[in-house]
Amino acid sequence: MTAVPLRPPRRLLEFTLDGEQTRAPEGATILDACRAAGKDIPTLCQGDTLTPKNACRTCVVEVEGARTLVPACARGAEAGMEIRTDTPRVRHSRKVVLELLASSVDLSTTPGVQDWLKEYGAEPARFGPDAATVNETPRVDNDLYVRDYDKCILCYKCVDACGEQWQNTFAIATAGRGFDARISTEFDAPLTDSACVYCGNCIEVCPTGALSFKTEFDMRADGSWDPSRQTETTTVCAYCGVGCNLTLHVQDNEIVKVSSPHDNPVTHGNLCVKGRFGYQHVQQGRR
Amino acid sequence: MDLHFGDAEPSADEREAVDALLGPPASTWEGAADRTGGDLRWARRGRRVAGRRDLLLPGLHALNDRVGWISEGGLGYLCRRLEVPPAEGYGVATFYGMFALTPRPATVAHVCTDLACAVAGAPREALQGAVCHPSPCLGLCERAPAALVVRAGEGGPESARTRGAGEAAGSGELRGSERSGGLGGSEESAAGTVAAVPPQTAAGAAAPADRHATAVVAPATPEAVDLAVRAPHAVADEPSAAAAVPQAGDPGLVLLRRIGTVDPASLDDYRAQGGYAALRRAFELGPAGVIREVTDSGLLGRGGAAFPTGRKWQATAARPEQPHYLVCNADESEPGTFKDRVLMEGDPYALIEAMTIAGYAIGAHRGYLYLRGEYPRALHRLRHALARCRTRGLLGEDVLGQGYAFDIEIRRGAGAYICGEETALFNSLEGHRGEPRSKPPFPVERGLFGKPTAPNNVETLVNVLPVLGMGASSYAALGTGSSTGTKLYCVSGTVRRPGVYELPFGATLDELLDLAGCERERLRAVLLGGAAGGFVRPDELDLPLTFEGTRAAGTALGSGVVLVLDESVPLPLVLLRIAEFFRDESCGQCVPCRVGTVRQEEALRRIAERAGSDPHGTADDITLLRDVGQAMRDASICGLGQTAWNAVESALDRLGAYA
Repeated sequence: MTAVPLRPPRRLLEFTLDGEQTRAPEGATILDACRAAGKDIPTLCQGDTLTPKNACRTCVVEVEGARTLVPACARGAEAGMEIRTDTPRVRHSRKVVLELLASSVDLSTTPGVQDWLKEYGAEPARFGPDAATVNETPRVDNDLYVRDYDKCILCYKCVDACGEQWQNTFAIATAGRGFDARISTEFDAPLTDSACVYCGNCIEVCPTGALSFKTEFDMRADGSWDPSRQTETTTVCAYCGVGCNLTLHVQDNEIVKVSSPHDNPVTHGNLCVKGRFGYQHVQQGRR
Repeated sequence: MDLHFGDAEPSADEREAVDALLGPPASTWEGAADRTGGDLRWARRGRRVAGRRDLLLPGLHALNDRVGWISEGGLGYLCRRLEVPPAEGYGVATFYGMFALTPRPATVAHVCTDLACAVAGAPREALQGAVCHPSPCLGLCERAPAALVVRAGEGGPESARTRGAGEAAGSGELRGSERSGGLGGSEESAAGTVAAVPPQTAAGAAAPADRHATAVVAPATPEAVDLAVRAPHAVADEPSAAAAVPQAGDPGLVLLRRIGTVDPASLDDYRAQGGYAALRRAFELGPAGVIREVTDSGLLGRGGAAFPTGRKWQATAARPEQPHYLVCNADESEPGTFKDRVLMEGDPYALIEAMTIAGYAIGAHRGYLYLRGEYPRALHRLRHALARCRTRGLLGEDVLGQGYAFDIEIRRGAGAYICGEETALFNSLEGHRGEPRSKPPFPVERGLFGKPTAPNNVETLVNVLPVLGMGASSYAALGTGSSTGTKLYCVSGTVRRPGVYELPFGATLDELLDLAGCERERLRAVLLGGAAGGFVRPDELDLPLTFEGTRAAGTALGSGVVLVLDESVPLPLVLLRIAEFFRDESCGQCVPCRVGTVRQEEALRRIAERAGSDPHGTADDITLLRDVGQAMRDASICGLGQTAWNAVESALDRLGAYA
């Protein structure tokens, strides 16, 4: 049984969304309203369990009276707003943002992005063969997970999950400035020398696969990673009495990855090192 | 929060530099060397310590000033003292251009390679070697080319600032303990010493070669830079601030009238020349009366956005949350801008008086002055002036005996253009990376430390003095109907008399160029408003210099930059330099600006290298520039990304660059 927290009823705001009168509860973002109305808005840095950072700017929409486009993920809906989600101006910005990202980082493991590139007619190759890329090599410094910053779009989600929004460990932060900004530990030390507690909550929120289980990273490297052959089973972690939910991703009868449902009212997709990585005993033949 | 610190130990110098700022560590929990019995029983940490995060940037300065770079041990010790996660401390330190996180020589020269200095022939050859770093605009454009030499050592600005910080820090248990906690020494005697002798030669325990020193080298020839690097304490004094004001002494001046006639070190001289009459008038009017006067005067913000100052103050004053803060934005970093430096160096008490009035109007008891890190003389003058004002009861618990408490703290920037954006400035002050916040909420609702804040540019604040001095209606009679008062212009480039000029709004660009001695025959273009502004053609010089006039003409007054380019200046290289500037100064938070500025710079470099040999490729690159520019303007978080493409676009559209 899932507990549903009760809240006082919220006032409904009326506004126009693509020419249609729409209502959304007070406090909802434009993105919430769009999703409730069945409109697909591309998002990358938005996370269902995190405060919007609005860094990627793929979710921009046009609001009547605003000088610039506004990020749907962060901007609250207001009564009387006139929002347009699919104007040429919006489509142009989304297209260019996708081109800029795809030309500078490796988006091959980012879910959804290939469809958006097609939908918005993005041509990342137009910046030429010499366009600068972030040009990073995967950091493999521990047995549990890999940080491949060549795939990092700097959405800040891992930093927020590691820091004050969830884990309060603060092992990583953004370092450097501009195009040279990277997610980093202090002095780029290996994770084993950092404050990291290997909860893997950063992997849970990473939208691009820049952070991945070592198992997934190795399987992708040898070509055996195949989501179509994977099953997902949600169960309860057996380590302690908190009762966190685990979703075990199993391929060929082996656990290859562990995630956690984001809608769990207690953990919101967060786990500790035991729940996230302590599954080897299950698959040792001696049991 | 269970922080994890590495094993790297601070050196004795680093420990001393941090302790000079924060006081000695209270226990081993804070990094003291010897463990006592009490340390095993208690850890007095938590909020009390974490509430000092805003001292992270001063702490980084203290380390960098003392050693010349920030080591793992030094940063770790600072973070331990402030209870800041080291990863975040590293993220903040790497954000700023003036800090190094790898070893470098104690003496470094920041050689300006920006627009005005490039036009004047910056000594790029001097940039070979470890000690010289190319730098964005140093705000010394009237004496271009310029360089700033900094020698790390004892007695840097942060070691002298603690007393001011402790005293000005307002209420709070921690601040009280700081005051009694051995931050002794009388500020006045220290200030007296500083006043008598320039800091470069201040007598101290260490030999001059080991003391912290800064030297401005302008004009910067390779030989002069080399000499200054070897002996920064022996470099001759800069010319007085009045040398940057060709109009100095003109009785028609309003904002600049005291520059050159007042002794910037003398409070008495300032008062003899009409100083502190405006503050007395403010106390007569009361806070609401001051806001009414400022609103009626039609004063618009001079930082670039031209927001009505009265409305900003009213909105801040009306917020129920307490406390309110006043922030003076003196992070003047727009390439080609140096007016605020001249004001602060030539007439520092005026800014302090104006900040006191502003603080009184909005109900703030604390003002922060966020000063560019590259302005050592302004820092020195302002700090001295603050100390004088405190002894004379013009700042402190009871300003002028009126029962109003107000104090000002100076915070130094560290080389980040983006920190001139108001919300980035708040983050920088709070000890976070200087990344802009999204608006709404606006600063008047949630600004510094999440409280209602009025951020104002130096020039805007200084305008408040004539508003109260002559009355709102007389002030509003200056200039034009919707741009009232006078405006400062920073004229540089190929003119005979570069410097800061003051003209009433409505004067034409032509008149300004006449004053500055510009040869019209060879004039190619004028860059108005700085790197984020726009170009004006020689046939458009009748342009009236007002906010509405420049906007109607498709350009912007911005911060008042007037960079004159003659035919000898290769335009493609100027545009490339502008694009490089924005690529370097983008904070990296949002995609359109972080990657867009890089793609634009690449395209402009391709065009410049082609030199017209492949018109088809150039046309493609221009399309690309326009596409990326449009997305940056529409989708960037802050004004940097939104305006980064303005100047290049105007060069394409108005000057027909690359046509």
